[in-house]
Amino acid sequence: MTVAEAAATALATRHRVRPLEALPWVLAVAAFFALPEYLAVGTQILILVLFALSLDLVLGYAGIVTLGHAAFFGTGAYAVGLLSAHLDWHEPITGLIVAAAAAALVGLVSGWVLLRTHGLTLLMLTMATMTLLHELANEQENLTGGFDGLPVEIDPVLGLLRFSPLTYSGQYLYALGLLFLMFLVVRRVVYSPFGHSLTGIRENILRMHAVGAPVRQRLVTVYTISAAIAGVAGGLFAQVNAYITLDVLSLERAATALIVLILGGHGRLYGAFVGAALYMILEDELAKEFPEFWQFGLGLVLVLIALFAREGLTGLFAQAAERFRKRARS
Amino acid sequence: MTGPVLEAKGVCKNFGALEVSRNIDFRLAAGERHALIGPNGAGKTTFVNLMTGALTPSRGQVILHGEDITALAQAQRVKRGIVRTFQITALFRGLTVLENLYVAVAERTGAATGLWRPAGYRRDVIDQSLRLLEIFQLQDDAHKPIRELPYGRQRLVEIALALALEPSVLLLDEPAAGVPSAESHIILDVIDGLPADIAVLIIEHDMDVVFRFAERITVLVSGAILVQGSPDEIANNAEVRAVYLGEAAHG
Repeated sequence: MTVAEAAATALATRHRVRPLEALPWVLAVAAFFALPEYLAVGTQILILVLFALSLDLVLGYAGIVTLGHAAFFGTGAYAVGLLSAHLDWHEPITGLIVAAAAAALVGLVSGWVLLRTHGLTLLMLTMATMTLLHELANEQENLTGGFDGLPVEIDPVLGLLRFSPLTYSGQYLYALGLLFLMFLVVRRVVYSPFGHSLTGIRENILRMHAVGAPVRQRLVTVYTISAAIAGVAGGLFAQVNAYITLDVLSLERAATALIVLILGGHGRLYGAFVGAALYMILEDELAKEFPEFWQFGLGLVLVLIALFAREGLTGLFAQAAERFRKRARS
Repeated sequence: MTGPVLEAKGVCKNFGALEVSRNIDFRLAAGERHALIGPNGAGKTTFVNLMTGALTPSRGQVILHGEDITALAQAQRVKRGIVRTFQITALFRGLTVLENLYVAVAERTGAATGLWRPAGYRRDVIDQSLRLLEIFQLQDDAHKPIRELPYGRQRLVEIALALALEPSVLLLDEPAAGVPSAESHIILDVIDGLPADIAVLIIEHDMDVVFRFAERITVLVSGAILVQGSPDEIANNAEVRAVYLGEAAHG
């Protein structure tokens, strides 16, 4: 096979599932049986993976730099919370559909306005949009509970899966199932021609205009899809924790997703998995060891990653694999 | 149709008080080979930006195949057949050569809007990308990311991306800029071999290239057209010799 044919085959088959891709799911299922006392934190990890995955779609693939992604997470969370508190709507699946739709709408409208800017301007505007929603939720105290938060009540999933605040086994399975579904969607999008054109926008937006791509339309589309997925993550967060506060719309939450992608690697699908697990375990362990000092440890890890592993942990892994392949060839 | 494929009518561009293009009238016929020359800062790249829609003229009209495209965005102009390359290489650096071409071919064929089926299922797009690799003799670099490619080869990809869009008007902004002279003949051969039905406007500083390639030459000085004519007319024009060729002769 010639070099060109090999490259064509690689391009034609790159969407195929590789054996290694089973690993995170096998681990997640194994954790359910092996670590029952950790399912609460496990559920939070799964939600963070989903949130970071939605961010990866815009940041890692389309190159949209945003610090306001919690706008969509929070919209989803409040959609579920408001339905439950004011309309007695406790059915979880339809609740998440509403959460996704509400977040998608916010993504579509804000994206349509904001995505004509880029770089630092876009960063500030995404953050400002999130802050506006935060203030809106704070101001509408009688609806959202304001600073005190909002309790969320949920029926058993499909009438079968009950949420228990003690074991978290129902929550964990529910979150895992949803993460899997959403992951399949993201994976399809990333490997589609549309996804390929997003990497083109990330790599050189000037050239994308020159090859005739409707750049802004593509960006708004992916931003809306990503917002919907972040909305599902937020809705899920509200459902499994049975309580939300304004912090679902906070800068800290938006930054957490960003840190997850820095740790795990962006534009690689699995960076969100590795990063979220590492982040939550670090937080858990460091907070146990140094209750008032744990963020110092996190900061130190971030500095090390930024210095020595710019592509995150999955990036390090990919580099090592590449080096190994090259050595095997020569 | 015998009229020009691309026409600029009284095109002006101001940045504040600065006039970078002044009242440019320009016509490009189907299949014509036209060179745009002029000293640094004459506004040659600005002219390309105005034709392709990266900039909007302050006054005047841009007409493509008889249609006024002055108000159209870049992407819409590309769909109508006017395509450019960049003086400073503008490629998708993290993607492989083949993936770069896939991006462009997918835009032209409309495949790029597909959101669900894998990119690899569009065998037609991959095959067309492979054919372009062949034309530009880039097959052996197909799997290499652009950033690992020697500069001369990057310049080839630069032109291949434009050709992938099957233009009727191609604007080449210093295609051989920065390429070592030992390699520049590869790029010139490619330009010589461009399909005859494409109208080509080339911006170039190397006079050997200009006179080998062009049927007509436009000289741009300080944002305005100084003179237009055949290579012979330009070579013998006293004014041109004074402002442009003279400069080169002294240097």
